[in-house]
Amino acid sequence: MAAGRAGAAPGLTGKLARLLRDPFTVAGLTIYAVLIIVAVFADQLMTHDPGEILFRANGRVASNQPPSAAYLLGTTNLGRDVYSQLIGGSRIALVVGFTAAICVAAFGTLIGLLAGYFGGKLDAILMRLADLALAIPFLPFAIVLAGFSRSSTTNVIVAVVLLLWPNTARVIRAQVLTVKERAYVEAARVTGASDARILFVHVAPNILPLTFLYGSVAIGWAILTEAAVSFVGFGDAKNISWGYMLQDAFVSQALSRGSWHWFVPPGLCIILVVIAGFFIARGAEDVLFPKLRS
Amino acid sequence: MTSAQTPTHPLVTASGLSKRFAAPRRLSDLFNGQRPHIYAVDGIDLCIGKGESVGLLGESGCGKTTTGRLLLKLTEPSAGSIAFDGVAIDTLKGNDLTAFRKRAQLVFQNPFDALNPRFTIERVLAEPLVNTGVERASHRDKVEKALAQVRLPPLSRFEGLFPHQLSGGQLQRIVLARALVLEPDFIVADEPVSMLDVSVRAGVLNVMREVRATLGLAALYISHDLALVRYVCSTTLVMYLGKIVEQGPTADLLKMPLHPYTRALVNAVPVPRVDQSHEALPIIGNVSDARGQPRGCRFRDRCPMAVARCAEEEPPLRDLGQGRQVACHLA
Amino acid sequence: MADQQPVLEIRDLSVEYRTARGVVRAVDGISFSVPKGAILGLVGESGCGKTTVARSITGVLHQSARIAGGELLLHGRDLVSGPPKAWLDARWREISFVPQSAMNSLDPVYRIGSQIEEVLVHRGGKTRAEARARASALFEMVGLNPGRLDEYPHQFSGGMRQRVAIALALALNPSLVIADEPVTALDVIVQRQILDVIRDLQQRLSLSMILVTHDISVVAYLCDQVVVMYAGRVVESGSTREVLEQPRHPYTMGLTNAFPDLESAAHELVPIDGSPPDLSQPLVGCRFQPRCPFSLPVCSSDDPRTEVAETGARFACHRHAESDLLRRHSRDIATWQRPQ
Repeated sequence: MAAGRAGAAPGLTGKLARLLRDPFTVAGLTIYAVLIIVAVFADQLMTHDPGEILFRANGRVASNQPPSAAYLLGTTNLGRDVYSQLIGGSRIALVVGFTAAICVAAFGTLIGLLAGYFGGKLDAILMRLADLALAIPFLPFAIVLAGFSRSSTTNVIVAVVLLLWPNTARVIRAQVLTVKERAYVEAARVTGASDARILFVHVAPNILPLTFLYGSVAIGWAILTEAAVSFVGFGDAKNISWGYMLQDAFVSQALSRGSWHWFVPPGLCIILVVIAGFFIARGAEDVLFPKLRS
Repeated sequence: MTSAQTPTHPLVTASGLSKRFAAPRRLSDLFNGQRPHIYAVDGIDLCIGKGESVGLLGESGCGKTTTGRLLLKLTEPSAGSIAFDGVAIDTLKGNDLTAFRKRAQLVFQNPFDALNPRFTIERVLAEPLVNTGVERASHRDKVEKALAQVRLPPLSRFEGLFPHQLSGGQLQRIVLARALVLEPDFIVADEPVSMLDVSVRAGVLNVMREVRATLGLAALYISHDLALVRYVCSTTLVMYLGKIVEQGPTADLLKMPLHPYTRALVNAVPVPRVDQSHEALPIIGNVSDARGQPRGCRFRDRCPMAVARCAEEEPPLRDLGQGRQVACHLA
Repeated sequence: MADQQPVLEIRDLSVEYRTARGVVRAVDGISFSVPKGAILGLVGESGCGKTTVARSITGVLHQSARIAGGELLLHGRDLVSGPPKAWLDARWREISFVPQSAMNSLDPVYRIGSQIEEVLVHRGGKTRAEARARASALFEMVGLNPGRLDEYPHQFSGGMRQRVAIALALALNPSLVIADEPVTALDVIVQRQILDVIRDLQQRLSLSMILVTHDISVVAYLCDQVVVMYAGRVVESGSTREVLEQPRHPYTMGLTNAFPDLESAAHELVPIDGSPPDLSQPLVGCRFQPRCPFSLPVCSSDDPRTEVAETGARFACHRHAESDLLRRHSRDIATWQRPQ
């Protein structure tokens, strides 16, 4: 009550500053930053071609080598360099994660905006579609889609977008319903603004933070899905992803052979990247909806 | 001219105006297969002349805000029609609608909510001009003019400022300036000062009164505050549960209310003086439900004077001369 | 009555908030006392600290706030320096609270009767049967039908819920009731009905009460005493008649002018230009000085001392000796208008 409104910082920069004070958010952002850097400089970081079968000096295949200076994380049972596969996998994770996240956020936001703003029949149709998509079991659908069509990274992205947009759309719609009731939206209407202008100039900017929030969660989900699809064997064989690495290790009985160096790193990478998404979401939630906690 | 209430140059005329909303269904409604409705506005007629200031008085839930929104075509009536300067507004579309928007504006109750928090003050004030396609070259002049009209300093003083950096009194003047920037003929002001502190209220009210007089604006002030209506309106309508129960020149109506509801309202207002009447209010009970359209007078269950006829017959708004009309069998 | 010990005496109370912009002293050394059996109106604009004062007395300040100094003497015993448990015990039993919106203090999932009984049993140490009887009596006291004790909050209208809040506040016969804007959210007629309930109860039970409000009309209607606050300080206090009819501080003069009056609405309303000072900045001199049309050079350099009149009225203005003259000038709109 006593706090005046003289503070000069407009909402967004202040929120960003608060976001960066949250240790979880910083951890999440750091993981994403490392992922991006590694993916961009993958060619420089890789010591071998991830698909190349390596040989030892004696001419034999360098299979099941433990970590050493030559093979940082050892080799697979077919003599491929695990470290290089891991670095290469970051690229696929990045492409899949970010493409899917951007599509989910964009598609979900658009649907949420339209459904929330126009309401009525359009809202009913779009939300029933969302219910339908949510009712489909996630992983089986992704696997079936990958199995029926050519197994490719694109299909994984399509599956993730088809199944994840309803979460974003629902939340965005709920938020639009609140923002729509604000007097400044009515003010825009009474001063002659068109529906499109109200929607994209007055309503959308006020829900954009939510879009980012759901986008960041979708990154983790997409990477996890890609890994899962690859792990059960429907991955794109041309792309050695972390999930593919796990599947390769699994079918080669790396676990029983005790080749920790082979399957622990890709597993850890998947966990870290997925967790990063949730860390960011958690921090963002604190800033966007401070009343939910405390 | 049938009565003193019909101004010589009507600007806004509404007849038989109704707006109903679907009421939440009770369990019993499900069994009866009924779809109950709430009549927020129930067949009212009103006429606002050019340059006239009319007060619409009533308690929350009486339908006064809905009436204002209907007159501005922010919601569509369930029945009845509204004409603005002789043209029916219900079918307006495209350019005609934009032309109407330029002439009829709204002043909001809560200035802290009425301005987009992401817009600078400059952008807030230019937004109506952008929306209605006014040529860009004239924007600055028009905004400066509107700021001067509400007695705010020129635009240069608001350079880069956002709404949250201004005080309530300043914000409400900005809200008024935004309405004036389109040079309208009619404004609806919905509880324009109820969110403001007492010390700044008077300033905003004075500006509104002055602007209205100098620009010859017609205005509908929607309020529960009798003193405000007394201060700014020449004519006052009193609404109760979707109906107009009394109307007339403000001073006469508040000095000698004819409808028992108006009498209760007038008696209920405490005045800022130490010696004042503490006699009991001539009213009983609480506002009843606005579900359906009950027979008879809607005020009868709270009216200390109600007779048998009040339950049978709905009292029409009768003309009593000297511009006064009242909907009561006993008046 | 004057020789009786006041129910509550506030001495030099200060409350600070920790905010992003530093420490804000929302209440800065205020003093006043609530006589037994009187309603005291605490008036001021939003942000003047009146709600903070009310909350300090009940001992439920916001997390970021703390009492920075002063005493709160309840029946002569200081609550601030005493053990926290004593203060906690005093809540409900000695000091009770009527909030602005009763919806916030009633739990929607429990019957209203059982919520009142809860307070009576747990804080008042009554048996279930006693509590039930007392709840019925309380309902009758505030003009509600005891037959409706078993209903839920949503079945009550806003005015009825406010009556319940008053009944709850009276449950344990407290010696002081604090009501924070108890009628602001209500419609005119309901507002008047609630004011009449408060008035009636106060006379019957000779309650002592602090009524926090921004509305001078409510003060005029209900209060015996009034304390006017501005920017964290008391600028004027005294009997309602004296303060409203012969204000000695320009802010009070401004307030009485700015209020529209139904019966004499013909006169021009006179606004007070400007807005209250930012309390996070260091302030020198009289806090009303930047908005005051009568300010002298001394007003911007020295804090005005609080003077006490023979009648017991207090006021803090450098020009208090000329108050009759200032009052005459204050009625002219030109006095308060200044070039933009």
